Amino acid sequence: MNAEFTQDAPLLDVQGLKTVIHLPDGAWPAVDGIDFTVQRGEVLGLVGESGSGKSVTGFSIVQLMDSPAEVIAGRVLFNNEDLRLASEERLRSLRGNRIAMIFQDPLMTLNPVLSIGEQMAEAILEHRDVGRQEALRAAADALVRVGISLPEARLRQYPHEFSGGMRQRVAIATAMLNAPDLIIADEPTTALDVTIQSQILFEVQKLARDSGTAVIWITHDLAVVAELADRVAVMYSGRIVEIGPVDEVLDRSRHPYTLGLLRSSAAMVEPGQRLNQINGMAPRIDARPSGCPFRTRCDRAMSICAEQDPTPTIDGRHGFRCHNPMPQRDAA
Amino acid sequence: MTADIETFAKTAEANTPLRMQVLRNIRNRPTASGAAIAIAILVLLALLAPVITPQNPYDLASLSVMDNRLAPGETGMTGITYWLGTDAQGRDMLSAILYGLRTSLLVGLTATAGALAIGSVAGLLAAHFGGAVDALLMRIVDFMLGFPSILVALILLSSIGRGVDKVVVAIMLVQWAQYARLMRAAALVERRKEYIEAALNFGLPTRHILLFHLLPNSIGSVLVVASISVASAITLEATLSFLGVGVPVTQPSLGLLIANGFEFLLSGQYWIAVFPGIALVLLVMSLNLLGDRLRRSFNVRGP
Amino acid sequence: MATYILQRLLQSAGVMLAVSVAVFFSVYGIGDPIELLVPPQAGAAERLELIQRLGLDQPAWQQYLTFMGNALHGDLGRSFAHGVPAVGLILSRLPATMELVLLALSLAVLVGVPLGLFAGLDPHGKPARLILACTVVGYSLPNFWKGMMLILLFSVLLGWLPTAERGETVTVLGIRTSLFTADGLRHLVLPALNLAIPNVALVIRLVATGTTDLMTQEFVKYARAKGVRPRRIVGRHVLRNILIPVVTVVGIEFGSLVAFSTVTETVFAWPGMGKLLIQSIYQLDRPVVVAYVMLATFLFISVNLLVDILYAALDPRVKLTGGAA
Repeated sequence: MNAEFTQDAPLLDVQGLKTVIHLPDGAWPAVDGIDFTVQRGEVLGLVGESGSGKSVTGFSIVQLMDSPAEVIAGRVLFNNEDLRLASEERLRSLRGNRIAMIFQDPLMTLNPVLSIGEQMAEAILEHRDVGRQEALRAAADALVRVGISLPEARLRQYPHEFSGGMRQRVAIATAMLNAPDLIIADEPTTALDVTIQSQILFEVQKLARDSGTAVIWITHDLAVVAELADRVAVMYSGRIVEIGPVDEVLDRSRHPYTLGLLRSSAAMVEPGQRLNQINGMAPRIDARPSGCPFRTRCDRAMSICAEQDPTPTIDGRHGFRCHNPMPQRDAA
Repeated sequence: MTADIETFAKTAEANTPLRMQVLRNIRNRPTASGAAIAIAILVLLALLAPVITPQNPYDLASLSVMDNRLAPGETGMTGITYWLGTDAQGRDMLSAILYGLRTSLLVGLTATAGALAIGSVAGLLAAHFGGAVDALLMRIVDFMLGFPSILVALILLSSIGRGVDKVVVAIMLVQWAQYARLMRAAALVERRKEYIEAALNFGLPTRHILLFHLLPNSIGSVLVVASISVASAITLEATLSFLGVGVPVTQPSLGLLIANGFEFLLSGQYWIAVFPGIALVLLVMSLNLLGDRLRRSFNVRGP
Repeated sequence: MATYILQRLLQSAGVMLAVSVAVFFSVYGIGDPIELLVPPQAGAAERLELIQRLGLDQPAWQQYLTFMGNALHGDLGRSFAHGVPAVGLILSRLPATMELVLLALSLAVLVGVPLGLFAGLDPHGKPARLILACTVVGYSLPNFWKGMMLILLFSVLLGWLPTAERGETVTVLGIRTSLFTADGLRHLVLPALNLAIPNVALVIRLVATGTTDLMTQEFVKYARAKGVRPRRIVGRHVLRNILIPVVTVVGIEFGSLVAFSTVTETVFAWPGMGKLLIQSIYQLDRPVVVAYVMLATFLFISVNLLVDILYAALDPRVKLTGGAA
């Protein structure tokens, strides 16, 4: 399946989503009014530095934000149902069932005192009226699909008997158990070493393609996005500053921040070219500059950037928020 | 991500000096400041007991047996009004309680100070010398902590007999081990720091390093725990005295006063046991609340 | 596993040996038992005869060896006061004490775990703060004082429950117990409650902090992301983790409950081994005191070993192997 067949209604339509963090001195937006869609079977890369709000976005979609964070505005339409208005029980029945998540640190996400089998089977048993044996059989099948051999024996083991990479495979297998419509993967390969990372990327891509599952892949690594994603959204200071098809955004970047990220990424720079760090650090959530939040680090900043927040510019399927974007280039 | 939010929320209050934070912490807590005031009043009353009590409860000549077991507020043969009643010997309960408070505080504070001193020295030695000294001391500590303190004190007192000094010794013996363990842990952390390394290389005598460098820098958490342990020392003394193996009858503490009143509790003469009990409860609860607040403010884990 | 248990048994034997030395020399070594044992009106010959019979003319180490030799045969001396073997005397009081201790431990777990879970799930809410405030009162009040207040309230003022002593007993499986008679249970309520209160408080605090801490763990969030029902998250994911420290604490507290039963038994005139100990201390009945300590140590060590095995069964990360322990 791909986007062309289901133009009418996207699987996920996020509109004006805003999530704040309540601190003693006020509520500061971690996600500051973002809009994006995900089509069925599409892989969307959500990219940004730490603190850009990309993880908060992932958790806000499934309404899993705990105090001091709170989703305060926007709509999250999943299959045309606004998840912000859904009851807690309705959300529970969707989580892990229609929308599965994979967390960043596989060492922390599995309960150390419950067996792998129990933790995988519960993802089925909490959503479907099947027997325990059947759930365990499904779990064993899923383990085989992510390349874990001797699944029956593995299911009886506990998390500490698995390596980090193996645990993340367990998490991926668990996410696939109910054939969800959407998987939100929050930097799932960051904690792993490079070879395991690419194996896992390959597996997710294959699974998404085979089963038509859409994926939101949250990462700070543009190389991963280039390899995996159909479209990419670049986040900075709680906003999406550039969004579009992956080759558009990476090859013909319009936002200076995207370009900065590209130039500072070792894997994205031609051999022999210099690596450039973006000046300075991302501003703290409670110390964001006026106007465009990126202007203090931007070498293309003009006077208007301090006065006015740039509004989105749409160029076909490519959108960006910048007063002084990079000039448009023709495809090479 | 969640971690980001948490660290962020914490930095907000991280820039005030620790001492000010602790003070503010106590002042802002009605229970903690109430406890501090209660302790101050009780200590003052205990100190002033000989001046303010209507009767010296230890002076048997001043007691009138005719006035025994008078209810609170009654006036006796001698014309004294007994606001808290009298006990079986005709002793004024108010006077007895204030003197008992003196004994309880005396035992609690001396025993804690002694245990603190012994435990700190043992902990420092273990941390500084390591090896066999450490292994031996910590084995003894484990052994001591393996047994309920009340049982150890009870057995010890059963062989050495009762007496204020003996109770103090017994409580010291059961409490030093926890300080030794804490002190050792704190000193081990401290010892790895560069200034100790420098002092050692400089050839300063061991005693000097232990006393002037290691001790003052490691004792913080131990002192905080000691503030709570005063309460448990007082409770332990009261319990031992209640069981009849603690302080002697000639110098009754609150625990012994309660024990003396116990037999009259069932016949309705509640005041002989209940008033000293209230004093004890007030003292122990206040010490506990304040100590607990201190511990949390300094972020020290209990023993 | 077998190596581990063997190692632990050896360690336990070492501890028993150390305790026997400590208790023998502190109880027999300090003071002159002759003064206490020989009636004042006894003549010199009678006095000498008793000294020889008790072996008190031997050097201390030899006395100790004799004591240990007898101890290995299960003989810890005869009670001066009762004239019967000390071990048998204490064992005859064991069931009464165990009733109290086991009931108190059950109360601690059955009341402490649910209340702790409840308080830990919303630690800043009003009910949780009330529960946690009560636990401060619960563990900081002197045990004997709580017992007296329970008697004053429930027996003297309300007249609901008896003030003291053990109720009617029946023999079940060869043990005289008051657990199965109505009168026995009525007598058990207050002393068991009194013994349990500090432990209930301890378990509540332990479970509450544990729960609050666990609920912020990544694996709980992950379970929520899997759509696991809150009931199962608390009842399975959190509780399963909480049980590990609870079991450890219950094991440690078993010893202190036995020790504190001396206080509770004194307040409630409960005819258990704790009250026997206090009486023996009054009567300077040293063989009973020594035998009590040895038997109590044996009991503590056995329970600790049991708890460690249970611990390994509960925590898959722990393997019982020799060496490290």
